[in-house]
Amino acid sequence: MLRYLIKRLLGLAPTLIIVAVLVFLCVHLLPGDPARLAAGPDAPPETVELVRKDLGLDRSIPEQFLRFISGAVRGDFGKSIRTRRLVSAEIAERFWPTFWLTFWSMAWSVTVGLAIGTVAAVWRNRWPDRIGMVFAISGISFPAFALGMVLMEIFAVQLGWLPALGAESWKHYILPSLTLGAAVAAIMARFTRSSFVEILQEDYVRTARAKGLSEPVVVIKHALRNALIPVVTMMGLQFGFLLGGSIVVEKVFNWPGMGRLLVDAVEMRDYPVIQASVLLFSLEFIVINLIVDLLYGFINPTIRYK
Amino acid sequence: MNPPPAICTSPAAPTDSIRTPWAEFWRKFRRQPVALVAGAFVGLLVLMAIFAPALVPFHAEDYFDYDALNNPPSWQHWFGVDPLGRDIFSRILVGARISLAAGFISVAVGAIVGTLLGLIAGYYEGWAGQLIMRFSDVLFAFPGILLAIGIVAILGNGMVNVVVAVAIFSIPTFARLVRGNVLSLKHLTYIEAQHSIGAPDWTIILRHILPGTMATVVVYFTMRIGTSIITAASLSFLGMGAQPPTPEWGAMLNEARADMVTSPHVAIFPSLAIFLTVLAFNVLGDGLRDSLDPKIDQK
Repeated sequence: MLRYLIKRLLGLAPTLIIVAVLVFLCVHLLPGDPARLAAGPDAPPETVELVRKDLGLDRSIPEQFLRFISGAVRGDFGKSIRTRRLVSAEIAERFWPTFWLTFWSMAWSVTVGLAIGTVAAVWRNRWPDRIGMVFAISGISFPAFALGMVLMEIFAVQLGWLPALGAESWKHYILPSLTLGAAVAAIMARFTRSSFVEILQEDYVRTARAKGLSEPVVVIKHALRNALIPVVTMMGLQFGFLLGGSIVVEKVFNWPGMGRLLVDAVEMRDYPVIQASVLLFSLEFIVINLIVDLLYGFINPTIRYK
Repeated sequence: MNPPPAICTSPAAPTDSIRTPWAEFWRKFRRQPVALVAGAFVGLLVLMAIFAPALVPFHAEDYFDYDALNNPPSWQHWFGVDPLGRDIFSRILVGARISLAAGFISVAVGAIVGTLLGLIAGYYEGWAGQLIMRFSDVLFAFPGILLAIGIVAILGNGMVNVVVAVAIFSIPTFARLVRGNVLSLKHLTYIEAQHSIGAPDWTIILRHILPGTMATVVVYFTMRIGTSIITAASLSFLGMGAQPPTPEWGAMLNEARADMVTSPHVAIFPSLAIFLTVLAFNVLGDGLRDSLDPKIDQK
């Protein structure tokens, strides 16, 4: 197990390095001179040169890259051009709202998705299945920002039950996490259903039934555990989808998170913030997929880590 | 996949008709009424998009009815009027043109490049294949829309750049899909037979392996259009794609945000337009998958 973990962590290195190179190069690919952007549009040329020196942009590209990497490892991404605050401080206060938003979205959508998928597979081609699958295909077809605006219109504007904007109390979490999780719940439901339908035709399920076990025991104890294996992989992929989706949902609900930070940064060409948040988003995605791979072992004892 | 076997196990099957892949596809597809409706709806959408300039009752960008600002739907303005006095129905029609074109072009580019890369990576498993797969792993290390935002940040705002971004992030999925197909096809006997009669590599790849991968590509292509329309609209919603006054659906929703409380119809109709369009493509994709996948036959 430990050896497998180390091997996997080493395997991540090349991907991480390429991601870091791309993120680093992004500054030099962005239109416009980063020193001019940092100094401001009205700054005299001497100031721009000073800023260039200050940011280290006058050095050679490999030298800049080394500086960027050694900074990144220590969590130092320089200062935001827009607010002049440390990028790490900006991100620190934006990280948790996004984390909890994705966490709660994932929690409800996986639970509901699994439940719908299981029910649909057990009552296959009958009305619970049809209703569940209509919900599921609608869920993947409704873009998060449109769904968010519709939910906001109904529950915040018309009915006045829930707050529309901001992230102050638990009530603020309901609408954004519903919006963000809807597509994932739908995908999980479809995926669980197809995985379950296959499992229910396996020999060992027939054996379990033949020896007189009740249907709930067959479904929950024998089928569910096996059906979960592909579903867990899907969960890892969906986390990436949620991280991406949070960017859009945060704009709809004016959520003070990483996604809005990134969008504002792109708008203002605030490249230190862009670099740090893109790197953090990708890192999160990679780490979550690693955790999912490790989770396998607990669900499927036939997998041996080597 | 390869044509279905000529020997049919079902005793009820007519013996006089030969089952071509097309006939087989149509036999399965027409048994799915929902997918047929979705297909018809997609057809209608495409026609509306093509003829939008002739169909619109008012100009989408340059018509302003100052006496009807924010009016709800009426006989004159089917979907109501927006805060600037523009006819929402006309804007949605023209928006269909933009969204469908963006979805179709980006997926087409992604599918063509991805399929070619997948064919190469699957057929030549050596360093070329490895390189292509590493490259797609890296693209997969970013959540989709994040990659698109990164590309738009570099290229600048605008619909053309959004299409480029969405195309780029469609490439690795098609590459993986096709590569997987090629790996399973290339050891089949009919490919070996081609090798033994000395057919050149590119003939084998293009004439004998490519057709075998087409079913999967077509299914994925259809489903991917829905996703791409959503991504393109999301980027416009974030202010990175189409810019006002362009009647792109995502951009329309972004403009409508300010007036949600007073005039909800300004936001409802673009939302519904995106939802129904993407739903139709997804349902059609499901139907195509069920009729093209040889594994799903007996029911």
